[in-house]
Amino acid sequence: MRYTSIYNNQSISLNDIPELGYTEFLNVNCGLLSENPQRHCVNFFGYKTGEVVRLLCCIADDTTHQIYLSSSIIEPDSSLPSFTAQNHNFEKFEREIHENFGIKYSDHPWLKPYRKTENYTFLRSESEELNEVGVGPIHAGIIEPGHFRFICNGEQIMHLEIQLGYQHRGIEQLFLQKKKLLERTTLAENIAGDTTVGHTTAFVNLWESLCGYTPDISLDFSRTLALELERIAVHTGDMAAICGDIAYQLGNSVYGRLRTPIVNFLQEWGGNRLAKGLIRAGKINYPFTKELATRLSEVFQQFEPDFDEISEKLFKLPSALSRMEKTGIVSYEEVVEIGTVGMSARMSGLNRDIRTSHPFCLYGSVIEHNPVLKRHGDVYSRVQIRKEEIKQSITYIKKLLADVPDFKKPENILLTPAGGKFVLTLVEGWRGEICHCAITDNSGNLILYKIKDPSHHNWMALAQSVRNNEISDFPVCNKSFNLSYCGNDL
Amino acid sequence: MLDNFKIMWHQGKQFIPDVTTAKVPGIFRGRPVISNASVDVVRLVDLCPTRAIASGAGAGIGTGVSIDLGKCTFCGECAVQFPEKIKFTDDYKLSTNERERLIIREGAENPIIVNPATVRKEIHRMFGGSLKLRQVSAGGDNSCELELNAANNVQFDMSRFGIDFVASPRHADGIIITGPITKNMAGALEICYNAIPDPKIIILAGTDAISGGIFADSPELNREFIDKHHIDLYIPGNPVHPLTFINGILSLLSKNI
Repeated sequence: MRYTSIYNNQSISLNDIPELGYTEFLNVNCGLLSENPQRHCVNFFGYKTGEVVRLLCCIADDTTHQIYLSSSIIEPDSSLPSFTAQNHNFEKFEREIHENFGIKYSDHPWLKPYRKTENYTFLRSESEELNEVGVGPIHAGIIEPGHFRFICNGEQIMHLEIQLGYQHRGIEQLFLQKKKLLERTTLAENIAGDTTVGHTTAFVNLWESLCGYTPDISLDFSRTLALELERIAVHTGDMAAICGDIAYQLGNSVYGRLRTPIVNFLQEWGGNRLAKGLIRAGKINYPFTKELATRLSEVFQQFEPDFDEISEKLFKLPSALSRMEKTGIVSYEEVVEIGTVGMSARMSGLNRDIRTSHPFCLYGSVIEHNPVLKRHGDVYSRVQIRKEEIKQSITYIKKLLADVPDFKKPENILLTPAGGKFVLTLVEGWRGEICHCAITDNSGNLILYKIKDPSHHNWMALAQSVRNNEISDFPVCNKSFNLSYCGNDL
Repeated sequence: MLDNFKIMWHQGKQFIPDVTTAKVPGIFRGRPVISNASVDVVRLVDLCPTRAIASGAGAGIGTGVSIDLGKCTFCGECAVQFPEKIKFTDDYKLSTNERERLIIREGAENPIIVNPATVRKEIHRMFGGSLKLRQVSAGGDNSCELELNAANNVQFDMSRFGIDFVASPRHADGIIITGPITKNMAGALEICYNAIPDPKIIILAGTDAISGGIFADSPELNREFIDKHHIDLYIPGNPVHPLTFINGILSLLSKNI
C-alpha cells in the first residue's frame, strides 16, 4: 500500500501510515496532485523521531471525501529533490521543513526563510529603470506586522515579495509544553483572533476524536452556529474595510456598524465579542437557549434590510465598481498552481470548501452547503463572495434556529488521548480551510501538534494578484484577501 | 444622492451618547469579584491556564484568593466551576496606571482606577486636548487590533475625544502595544518608539501585552522593552473591549472627571 486513506476528523494508529522510500514518497504525492485540481495538499510536515526525521504528507481528495496519508524517513541535514520542483502547492511546506530540520532541497526554486526575519536579503532588480518600495513590518494602520517589498516601474508593481514571521510566538511548541486541556484550548483560541471559532473548533474536534469522545448534537450545533456567525461578522467587517480602501465613506461606516450587532450577539451568548471562551472540548459553558434564538432572529431582522440596502448601493456605484473590477486578478490556472483554499480559491472558480468536500459538525447533515463560486478572481469577485456568503450564512443560521437542540449542563468529562495515534481535522473557517494534526506517543502524550491556517496557502496568491497593478491598489487587494499574519507565523 | 440620504436616515442614531456610562449587552466578563466562600483553593489555583489566580502567600499580602487581570485571559472557567467564589461583573472599566491595581483581592468590590497622583504631570497638560497614538502589533493574535479598529467606528467614535491613531510615529504622542512582543518584533518596536518625539507615553493593551498571557513561557518572546521603560497605562482584556480602551485613555488624560 502506498498510502492510507482517512476521513476528516478520524484518528488512526500511527503505524498504519505507510512508510515509503523518499523517491517513491515524492512520486506518489506529486502523482496524486498531477492534473487533479480536486486534490490538494492539506498538510506536509516533518517531526523528529529519535535521530531521524519523519515526513508526513496529507493529500485531500474533494470527490472521495478522503485524505491520503503517506510518510518517509529521512536523515536531518540531508539533500533531497524537492516536491516543489514538480508542484508549487508544496512550496511553503518545504520551506518550513528546510527551516525546521535543515533539509537541503537540491531543486527547490526559492528556499528562502519561512519565519526567520533576521538579515534577509530581498530579491533585487539590477535595472536602473525600476524602483524598490519596502513596507513594514509596521504598517500605516492598526494591522499586524509583515514586510512587503515591491519592485515597481513607476507606479506599476512588477513584483511583490512578502516576508512574514514577525508574529512567531512558538504556538506549536507551547502545545507540547503545556499539558492541561484548558491551556491548550486557550492556545487554540489565540492562534488567530479573527478566526477564534474556526481554530478552536478544529482543536476541540481533533481532541475529541483523539480521546474517542463523540460530541452530542448540542455541541455540534453550537460550533456550526458560531462558525457561521464568525463568517458574517468578519465578512461584514472586511466589506467595511474594503469600502474604506476605495474611499467610499458611507459603505465604510454602514458595514462597519453592521458588524457590531453580530459580535455583540456573540458576547450575549458567550461573554466575549470574538467568541473566546465559547468553544470547549466535551462541553459548552454557555448553552444556547430559546431566548437567545429569539434574540438572534431579531438581530437578523434589523441587520438584513440595512445590509441589503447598502449592498445594493455599493454594487451599483460606478466609482466603487471601477476600483474593484479587474483589480488584483488571479486566474484559475494560477490558483490551481499555487494551491489556494477557501475564498481565495472560489473567487477564480476553483471549488474548494471543506463544508462540502470533507463535512464536519452539522455540515452535510442539517446544512447542505452549496459553495459560492465566482470566475474572475479580482477584488470584485472577492467582495461578491463575501456579500453572498453573508446572505447564505444567515439562511443557514435561520435553519439551525428552527430546531435548537436541548443543552446539557456543562460538566467536565475526563478526556484521555489514546496512545500511538495520528489525527487530522479540517474545518472551513471564514477564510478557508483550517487543518490541525496531532500525533501522540504510546502513553498518549502529544509529541506533535501541527497547525495550518488557510493563509499559509493564500499569501502567494496576494503576491501574484498585485502584479501589473498600480501600487496604490495594493491596500484594496490586500484587504480583499484579508490573510492572517499570526495564523501563518504561529 | 437621495438614496445616500435614505441609507443614512435608515441607520438611525448609532453613536453611544455617553461612553462612560454605557451598558454592555448580555453577559460580559469584566472586573471579577471574589467572595470569601471556602472552596478547594488548590484546585481553583490549578485551574487557571495563565496562573492569574493565586492564594495566600502567593497572592502577596494577607490570605485569600486573588486574580491578576494582567494575566487573566477572561476565559471565565473559574467562574463556571466555582460560581460561589468568583463572579465576573459587567464593569468594563479595567484600566490603570499601576500594575498592582490589576490584582483583584478577595472581598474587594471597589472599581479599578487610574491613580491621578502617580500619572506623569505632563500627560494631562500636553495630551489632555488631543492624543495621537501609534499602534504596534507585536506578536498578538489580531484580536486586540480588531477591537482597537472598532473603537473608531461610528458607534464608539473615539475620535470625538481627540484621540486618534496615526500612521507615522513622528506624528504620535505615544505608542500602544498589543501582543506579547516576539523576538522578531522587538527590534522594530524599539525603532518605532525611538522615532516618537518626547514627551511620549506607553500603553499596553490586552493581556498578551501586559504579561505575555498564554504565551508568557514561550522562548520566542523578548519582553526587554517592557522592563526597560515606564508604562503609563495598562488596559486588560482578551481582547480589550472598545469601551475599556476608551475609558482607560479618558481616565489617563483625566477627561472623564
